[in-house]
Amino acid sequence: MPVTLPPFQSLLDSHAPDLHRFLVAAVGAHDGDDLFQETVISALRSYPGLRHADNLRGWLFTIAHRKIIDQARRRVRQAVPAGDPPEVPHLDADRLVDVELWDAVRRLPPKQRSAVVQRYLLDRPYAEIAAVIGSSEDAARQNVRAGLQRLRQEVTP
Amino acid sequence: MNATNSTNEVRRRSDHQGPGEGEVHDLGERLRRADTADDVAALVDAALRRADAEGLVDVGWVVEDTPIGPLTLAATSTGVVRIGFGHEELMLDELASEVSPRVVHLPARLDAVRRELEEYFAGRRRSFDVPVDRRLSRGYRRAVLEALSREVPYGQTVSYKELAERTGNPNASRAVGSAMATNPIPIVVPCHRVLRTGGALGGYGGGLDTKVWLLRHEGALLG
Repeated sequence: MPVTLPPFQSLLDSHAPDLHRFLVAAVGAHDGDDLFQETVISALRSYPGLRHADNLRGWLFTIAHRKIIDQARRRVRQAVPAGDPPEVPHLDADRLVDVELWDAVRRLPPKQRSAVVQRYLLDRPYAEIAAVIGSSEDAARQNVRAGLQRLRQEVTP
Repeated sequence: MNATNSTNEVRRRSDHQGPGEGEVHDLGERLRRADTADDVAALVDAALRRADAEGLVDVGWVVEDTPIGPLTLAATSTGVVRIGFGHEELMLDELASEVSPRVVHLPARLDAVRRELEEYFAGRRRSFDVPVDRRLSRGYRRAVLEALSREVPYGQTVSYKELAERTGNPNASRAVGSAMATNPIPIVVPCHRVLRTGGALGGYGGGLDTKVWLLRHEGALLG
């Protein structure tokens, strides 16, 4: 029996705001908008092939998480030669408060970044974060802990 | 929204006291306070337009206000596939299971039918030219609806029995009735023009008031 999937629009109605916050927090306002659109398009492309409708939110966030990882890999490949000033993502101060903190978040390794944002900005449980980043719950905790550790060193209290 | 927020507040207060997290309380608070103020709706629309250009939208819909109330209009790339009276959540669920789950709000997909409906309701249009997608009706029901579109013009009416005769099944009044009752594309496919023998109104999916309104609008019913 084929799985009954709800209209794709209902996923957008329920999850688009959080999905966008997640991406903007992880990669900045400008790139966040781009990755958000790419996530929606990728999700729509593969939606009819889903075999179950159990955790559609988690499925959407997994796609977004992979976009963050892919973007980080592209950045590494296109990295500027040593000696140049480090690239700081452009931040629109109106869109995210506490710019210093979010700059630091965006310098975290992508998996830690994704985990920290899901935990604190979106208030998600570790089990869900683990599913999204494709790790065990312990590893999800470890990513959040390591991310916070590093943030503590980098931002002024 | 409020319910979600207050739930989050409760969770925030109680849920973050795990081992090793107490000391980062302030940092966590700062992360949680940070937020984006943005227009997600505009971004969603832009993404869906791009997805449509890539052929990824199987059903696009919009809700249109008309003199007979809001209509939910839905179209595939072939044409108008479904029109529902009111804001039809159920209709979208049906489209998701019967056509494709790739059902999204895509007003541009419905531009042509919106324009024609506007002209129809303003009294400037007597027949619809937009392509229709008849995949939601099958067999005899579909044949009857096609005959109706072809043979019963604006301002005229026909009885269930006559329509049965015209489709070569004089004894199929009942089947004609169920074809009308399940017409997926009312107004554009004019099932409001089908009455009982003798002129009684019969039924209508959008309510009898709507059927009367449409027949009066077309001058098929006086008073």
